[in-house]
Amino acid sequence: MQIRKLNTLITGASRGLGRALAETLAGAGARVVLVARDAAVLDDVVDGIRRRGGTAHAIAADVGDKQATHAIAGEAAALIGPIDLMINNASSLGPTPLPLLLDTECEDLERVLEVNVVGPFRLTKVIAGSMVLRGRGTLINISSDAAVAAYPTWGAYGASKAALDHLTRIWAAELDGTGVRFLSVDPGEMDTAMHAAAIPDADPAELARPADVAARIVDMVRRIDAAPTGARLEARAWRVLQ
Amino acid sequence: MTPATSPAQRRDQVRLLAVDTARRALLDASAGDLPELLNPGDIVVVNDAATLPASLRGRVGGAEVELRLLGAPERGAPERGAVDAVLFGAGSWRQDTDTRPAPPAIDVGTHIALDELAAEVVAVSDISPRLLRVVFDKTGADLWAALYRCGAPVQYAYQQRPLPLWSVQTVYGAEPWAAEMPSAGRPLSWAILLALRRRGVAVAPLTHAAGLSASGDPALDAALPLTERYHIPATTVTAIESARAAGGRVVAAGTTVVRALEGNAHANGHLCPGAGTTDLLLGPGSALRVTSGILTGMHNRGESHYRLLGAFGDRSHIETSWRHAVRAGYRCHEFGDISLLLPDINRPEHAPRWICFSATDSRAPHTAASTAPCVTPAST
Repeated sequence: MQIRKLNTLITGASRGLGRALAETLAGAGARVVLVARDAAVLDDVVDGIRRRGGTAHAIAADVGDKQATHAIAGEAAALIGPIDLMINNASSLGPTPLPLLLDTECEDLERVLEVNVVGPFRLTKVIAGSMVLRGRGTLINISSDAAVAAYPTWGAYGASKAALDHLTRIWAAELDGTGVRFLSVDPGEMDTAMHAAAIPDADPAELARPADVAARIVDMVRRIDAAPTGARLEARAWRVLQ
Repeated sequence: MTPATSPAQRRDQVRLLAVDTARRALLDASAGDLPELLNPGDIVVVNDAATLPASLRGRVGGAEVELRLLGAPERGAPERGAVDAVLFGAGSWRQDTDTRPAPPAIDVGTHIALDELAAEVVAVSDISPRLLRVVFDKTGADLWAALYRCGAPVQYAYQQRPLPLWSVQTVYGAEPWAAEMPSAGRPLSWAILLALRRRGVAVAPLTHAAGLSASGDPALDAALPLTERYHIPATTVTAIESARAAGGRVVAAGTTVVRALEGNAHANGHLCPGAGTTDLLLGPGSALRVTSGILTGMHNRGESHYRLLGAFGDRSHIETSWRHAVRAGYRCHEFGDISLLLPDINRPEHAPRWICFSATDSRAPHTAASTAPCVTPAST
């Protein structure tokens, strides 16, 4: 798939992997709409992309808010046209230090599911339809090895990512043959603010840099036809999992 | 006809009145029957414009007003692109537009304060003093964010509750161009759309900036629909041409699709891909260059939508069909039932029998469809 002029929507784009993906895709000529809650930080990222000659727009919104769904989808399509690539990257760990599941407050679990599962569900619901009608489009849902392995204290986050992986597989099954592709991507452990919040004593030197992981994911987007729809991919090794 | 006063629990749970314009016969079906009513090789063209939060509350001087956008600022337009809009006086969505107080008189240069936005009037139409062209004080992402924060979809007095933006979208909407929902497409769920494709019926999009259904000013209402812009993708033109070349029919999902396709073909002599505007008005006797049939909401007599149906079938047949719809309890307006007007509609196996019109009519279905036994309605 050609990245140049690819209409792309990325959530959680103000920092970490989302920011790196937005910068890498815009650097390769994609038209990128960045979504995040913090308008000021997001504007800085967009300004940086524009200074380097890229096309980028900021939408300050919370993907965990149902009222924001049509605003995000409508504003994005109004600014760059129908979306070709959507990356559901925004996610919430819940409160840190990460609690045991039995210690997790009900409302905290609900909020994690709202941002990590229901948010991508809603955005996909209002954006993937136009892709199916046009016969092309790619949706990438950012996953985690916590979706597969049962790590103690990662209950809310791990369960949310497992649910997102399964949504991805079902969307892929239901829309197989329409030209719209769904993928889960496990980016691996990265040196991000989220990782530091989850595992404060991790050695940053042992963690991948978001920019390197983003470069690998963008490389995968270029060769997207090699990945069967519904697949779960690992960015570190570039192999299809399961 | 009675309006549907709230959106159905499931969008595809509405009735479909199949009006066979060749056999002069009717069939009571449901939206889910659409794939079976069509033949493999046919094509359905839909309007993929998303519905705008087109209704903005504001003030002019001390007076309360509502500004309803007729469209969106064009992408890539010069800074501060102009938008056409209709101004309403004070009042809420519970009041019929016809009984709303008139807005204050507006001159060019007037500023309308809209929460986070200000609109400056740059032109007032000759058609009606409430039809304005405005420019906003914001552009790009800032303008769109403000529109979505302070705008709401156009509301309808016959609804029980105010409609959120979620309720006025089709399942395939993309760019927010439509002042009001392109409602003929609202019942089309993905279950129906994917079943159409499985049957070999193509589904292709165009984008048309569906305008307002009412303005509150009789002079302006009489001029509706105004000139509206559209975009027809090259892939859709190709799909239509190959369907027609193979004997398939083109079914327009809604009057906006008819206007875009026929307006384009009328202006160019044949269907051309790309952007354009149309002010084409269709009615009884209008020549159709592209479309064979229409999937439409139920419209009351006297509306321009209803007049347009006259291009697809003869008047007495449509009148009889609508009398049947009223008797049979079909519901009208944006969330109501739908109708398919098309020659030689295929009868689904489980469907009831065709209802025929006058047996003395030379085109009566008794001879036209031996596989579709007829019942004559009690009275027509």
